[in-house]
Amino acid sequence: MTSERTIVFDNVSKFYGEVLGINRVTLSLPPGVTSLVGPNGSGKTTLLNLMTGLVRPSRGRVSVLGMSPSDPELFGKRVGYCTQVDAFPSGATGRSFIRGWLRLSGLDGREAERAAAEALERVGMTEAADRKLAGYSKGMRQRIRLALAICHRPEVLVLDEPLNGLDPMARAESLALFQGLAREGLHVVVSSHILHEVDRISDHVVLLSSGYVVAEGQIHGVRSEVKEHPMQILVRCDEAHRLAAGLLGEAHVVEVKLHADGKGLLVRTKDASAFHRLLNRVVLNEKLDLEALSPADDDVGAVYQYLIGSDSEAV
Amino acid sequence: MTSEAVVRPDLGTWPLRRRQAWQTIRMELARTFTLWGSVRLLFLAFAPAFIIAAHAMQDQRCDLAEETLILGGIIQLYYVRFGIFFGCLGIFVRLVRGELAERTLHYWFLAPVRRELLVLGKFLAGVLTTVLVFGAGILACFCLMYVHFDAGHDFVRNGPGLAHLRAYLLVATLACLGYGAVFLATSLLLKNPIVPAVVLLFWELINGVLPVWLKRVSVTYYLKPLFPVELPIQGFLGLFTVVAEPTPPWLAVSGLVAFAALVLGFVCWRIRRLEVLYSTD
Repeated sequence: MTSERTIVFDNVSKFYGEVLGINRVTLSLPPGVTSLVGPNGSGKTTLLNLMTGLVRPSRGRVSVLGMSPSDPELFGKRVGYCTQVDAFPSGATGRSFIRGWLRLSGLDGREAERAAAEALERVGMTEAADRKLAGYSKGMRQRIRLALAICHRPEVLVLDEPLNGLDPMARAESLALFQGLAREGLHVVVSSHILHEVDRISDHVVLLSSGYVVAEGQIHGVRSEVKEHPMQILVRCDEAHRLAAGLLGEAHVVEVKLHADGKGLLVRTKDASAFHRLLNRVVLNEKLDLEALSPADDDVGAVYQYLIGSDSEAV
Repeated sequence: MTSEAVVRPDLGTWPLRRRQAWQTIRMELARTFTLWGSVRLLFLAFAPAFIIAAHAMQDQRCDLAEETLILGGIIQLYYVRFGIFFGCLGIFVRLVRGELAERTLHYWFLAPVRRELLVLGKFLAGVLTTVLVFGAGILACFCLMYVHFDAGHDFVRNGPGLAHLRAYLLVATLACLGYGAVFLATSLLLKNPIVPAVVLLFWELINGVLPVWLKRVSVTYYLKPLFPVELPIQGFLGLFTVVAEPTPPWLAVSGLVAFAALVLGFVCWRIRRLEVLYSTD
């Protein structure tokens, strides 16, 4: 994929004096939803700030759709950034804040009003838009930041912990919005601690720890690379004990746990492909009725746990 | 929503930049004229006018020469040395450093607008604010000083009164420009604005005793030839007046404008490299 379609980090390092932000990061993020996952201090926000030009790399090069973040006039038109900084200009209402930003971007009053109203509607803030920002709840302020990030219809949407402070309904709506935007061809780069929710919408994942990229790619590909933790697979079937007996003979099957109800198995295997072939064979030979088959740890949360550890604050 | 960006106004470069600069000025003016910010600024600008008004009500016997000297002293000693100095400190340090402290600068840095334009728009808003407020303060002082006696009326209508007023307003404008540029630049270099303010205040204070080549690196050096009234140097107040080599007014004005332009050039260079790091600010 050409650099005009991707977000590229080319051997990028960022140091804050003596403190490491990120180190030697090389990434190429295609369109779709990309999740940045890592504990506090792992470099997620630094990566996002570099991507949006708020900080400059100490070393290396960042390019977003072929543009350099050092050209704000061009860059700001195509990139929207929802930061997690919970501060606003004093005295502004939700609508006047977004309208003012759009007018600063060069829109006339009427265009700015229309674009602000559209963005406010998308985040469900139309009714409260004319109230002072200072009187908003945390979730409402979060939605106003989101509205600001999308009000100019960017091609790249960068979201730093966008689900913080949102109630479950607003989270679900926001996730649907991100997915919808990604389907329209946008790059949506999202950092979040709420792994099970971002996992549902992510096409790609970047795992960060202590300023380094630990793993990167499509989540299933990343999981299969974690060899030291065998894959866990859940199987529901009418005669689980017979299935277990058929599976245990193979070397790649490390462990089989029988469910208490006798109708399910949790299998740990070192080779998922070989396991699936074996399962087909056993089911056919034993004439078993297979009800369900699903990976148990093929998600961002599990990969995070295996690669970064349990001392994180990930939810 | 389509992926077609809305921020692609069908404008040429300069009309677009004019619109963006105007919006920056509007937003900055709205930010400055919050209730408490305005009260402090208005107090600094109009405090002498209240004192003059109180004197005018009590004392009807007025001497034109004395009144003119007092007004010259108020402009040179209070406005230029104190009121405009601290007014500019409050206004211009807030432009960028204040936004860093309030953690709101990133919103404007993420907009599709050149940072140089943003900072120059903010600077213009600061100049507009300080010139209007302190200009109004000086105008009020001038009116109150001469309005209550006949010789004062005659001085304004038929004498050099209006020329004095123009000179005072020019001095105020140039002072706002010069101090504003310096405070904006120092706020981009240092987190604590008090240190450069004290240094600059001290520097302007001792300017009278410095050699000529050092005098030129100060705001008051360029303002001195523009004052219509020469203050007598007496005692302690002598420290606050500027003894300068005679400089033609055109050179003084263009010198100060060039100085401000030079400082603003540095500001533009610096703002392009400024990183938004709230955790360290």
